[in-house]
Order: sequence, then C-alpha cells, then structure tokens
Amino acid sequence: MPNPHGGKLITRKIEKKADDLKDYPTIKINTNLSEDILNIANGVFSPLEGFTVYNDLENIVGEKRLSDDTPWTIPILLDYHKINEIKEGDTVLLTNDETGVKAILEIEDIYDYDQKKIAESVFRTIDEKHPGVSLLYNMNNKFIGGKITLVENKTREFDEYNLSPMETRTLFKEKGWKEIVAFQTRNPPHIGHEYVQKAALTIVDGLFINPIIGKKKPGDFRDDVILKSYEALIDNYYPKQRATMSILRTSMKYGGPSEAIHHAIMRKNFGCTHFIVGRDHAGVGSYYGPYDAHEIFNEFPDLGIKPIFFRSFSRCKKCNSVVNDKICPHGPEDQINFSGKNIRALLNQGKVPPEDMMRKEVAEAILGFKQAFVE
Amino acid sequence: MTDEKKFTTISIPTPLANKIKKRIDGTGFTSLSSYVTYVLREVISGVEEETQEAFSKEDEKRVKTRLRALGYLD
Repeated sequence: MPNPHGGKLITRKIEKKADDLKDYPTIKINTNLSEDILNIANGVFSPLEGFTVYNDLENIVGEKRLSDDTPWTIPILLDYHKINEIKEGDTVLLTNDETGVKAILEIEDIYDYDQKKIAESVFRTIDEKHPGVSLLYNMNNKFIGGKITLVENKTREFDEYNLSPMETRTLFKEKGWKEIVAFQTRNPPHIGHEYVQKAALTIVDGLFINPIIGKKKPGDFRDDVILKSYEALIDNYYPKQRATMSILRTSMKYGGPSEAIHHAIMRKNFGCTHFIVGRDHAGVGSYYGPYDAHEIFNEFPDLGIKPIFFRSFSRCKKCNSVVNDKICPHGPEDQINFSGKNIRALLNQGKVPPEDMMRKEVAEAILGFKQAFVE
Repeated sequence: MTDEKKFTTISIPTPLANKIKKRIDGTGFTSLSSYVTYVLREVISGVEEETQEAFSKEDEKRVKTRLRALGYLD
C-alpha cells in the first residue's frame, strides 16, 4: 500500500463542548467549503491541514506543487468573509447548516491573489464560461489560509457508503490487497465501464469503485441510483473478495488534467496504488484535448500512484467483444460506441437497454426507481 | 509569506551536463535543470521509507467494528 501523499495521513478532529466555542467569531461557509473541511479533517486531502496559504498557492500556480515540493494541482481556497474585522493570528469558527460542519480555523494569512493567474494555471483558461473558472471568479479575490480542526458534523444520507482513508486502508489490509486500482465514476455502469474495471483488476489485487456524490445538474442520475446500480453489478458479476465501493464527497471543478492529478492523489490517500484515467478525464466542453489528462502524469515522477490510461472503447461486431483502438484491427463501421446518451434515453422511457450495452441486473436496479434522474 | 529562495545551484561534471543536453534535445524537457529535477524527484520518491500508519490500536479496533457493521468485512 502506498504511503499517504506527503508521507502522513492527516486527521484533524477534536471534541469540544458548545460552551468552548461560543467566544469565536463565526463564519458561515457554503456546502462545498464544508466538504473541503471534512476531506482535510479525514485525510482525503493529506498532507493538507487546512486552507491553502499564500506560499503554497504561489507554488501550486507556478509549479503544480506545494511549497515543500509535494505534487499538488488544485488549491483548496477559502475566500475572505468580512466579519468582525478578522486578522492573521485570529481563530474563528466555520459553520455550515447542510453538513452540520463546525470547524476551528487558525488564520495564518489573509492575502490577495489574481484569480486569472489561478485560472490560467489550474484550468488552462481564463474563460468565465468554464464552470470551474466561473466558480473561482465568484469568490472574493482575498483569501484566508490556515489550519482547520473539525469539531462536529452531522450524520447524512449515504454515510453507510462513506469510508475515510483510515477505514479504506484498514479494509484493504484486512482483505490482503497490496495493489488496489481506483475507479472514479459519476454514472451507473455500462458494459464498457465493466470492461475497463476488469481489465485493470486483472493486474492488481482489488478494485475500489469510488463514485463522486454530491451536487448534480438536472438530467444526471441520482446518487442513490448510481450506488444501487453498482451494487447490482458487484453482487452479480464481481468476485466478492476482489471489489468494494465507497463514496467520495467532493465538488467537481472540471479542471481536466489538473483535476486528474488531484483525483489520483485522493485515491492514493485512500490506499490505492493505481488509478484509472479515462479519455477527457474531468473535462468539460472543448477546453482540453482528449488525452491531456493522460499526458500531465509525465510531469509527476514522484506522484506515488500509477495511472492506468484507457482510451475510448466500444463493442466490435467482428471481434464480438468489447475493444479499444489498441487491440482491435477493425474500423469504426464495425464498432458500436457505448453511448451514455442512448442508454440514458432508453432508461428514461422505462426500457431495458440491450444486454451488450448494460447488464440486465444493472438496468433493472435503475428502473426500480420511480425517478432515476435529478429533476 | 517568505522570501525563501525557490531554486538552488548544484554542480555536476561538464561532460555529464553535455550528455544530458544532447539527450533532452527534442524531448519535452526545456532545460538541463528541468531534466535533473525530474530525475531527482523520481529517485527520491523511489527510496522514501514506508511510514507507520498514523492510527492507534484503539482507532484500528473502532474502524474494524464499523467496517463489520456496514458489511465491508465479515
């Protein structure tokens, strides 16, 4: 199992009574920031102990690394909230109603930073139409850096699928897995996904399916649908001792290559040795080339998790199997692409997609929901 | 915010430097320094010692109990 990123699995939690917190100035933060706090506190973002300070941001923007040279591509930013004239050295309480997060922040620095410079480095564009850039531009351009300590958070839906890095590392150890491949997803599995996962599993000991759960747009599959569909696939088509699943709560930034590295780092912290990177991983629109998210891994010989690259895959009528362009000699006229759009359209009409596109059990799990899509 | 120097100078034999310059010609490496940095990062990451798990026996026991309760472990 790999070392946690930066060498140490971070845990930043403390038990405190409400009375102990009453003197701190309180800042209400949004749900995405509170998810960042949970990921810092549970070690998903190890070695980060808090929100990005100036020196780290300067290094991430310039070198894609923290100031101690550890690879890091996505800054975890807390923008300035003008309240009670807070200043460097102060301690404040960060709260969010939806997640029930209460966390102590020790303010190390408060600084200005050019958002366009961040956008150019992280997203390779300054176009405000890019969803990640747009979110960044909507932040105040004054940021707060400093360590956080989680005091409390509330029980939430899907917590039974939510494992911390400490838990996944223990799980992998108990299962006797030394090499583990992580697969990230935001959709129910079709046959192409199964092919990719099983191809990767062939060379390692265990498969860790790690769906990203959270804010979705209308028309997306609901989180519970994704989880139930994967359970159907695992129960029927995976060896029980070789595959497991837990969720990851984090917001997508659509940072393409930068985010692919960030996604790999999080899976390394969960204890994975390999990470599957698909075509246009974490991309959006035409901001990135189809394999930019593959090429960026060449810049990080010290990442500590091995990417497994997959190009596009399809079903070849002549080979009568799932193929990709490396292993099939036949042309596009013989190949049927796994179209998520077509599968979604059939499911939307209450129809079971053909079995060479999606497993019957998976389709039935999806159709078992009255409403499978976000409205 | 600190003004700590971001780069330092390391001496290597000139013939080696010349060999490297030839080797990186036409590759993605833009300078001798970027190549040497890449190689050193690769070497250093390969020899990093395995760290001890940061959690205690009590933590481990608690974690296993939860994993069993959730059906992750038998």
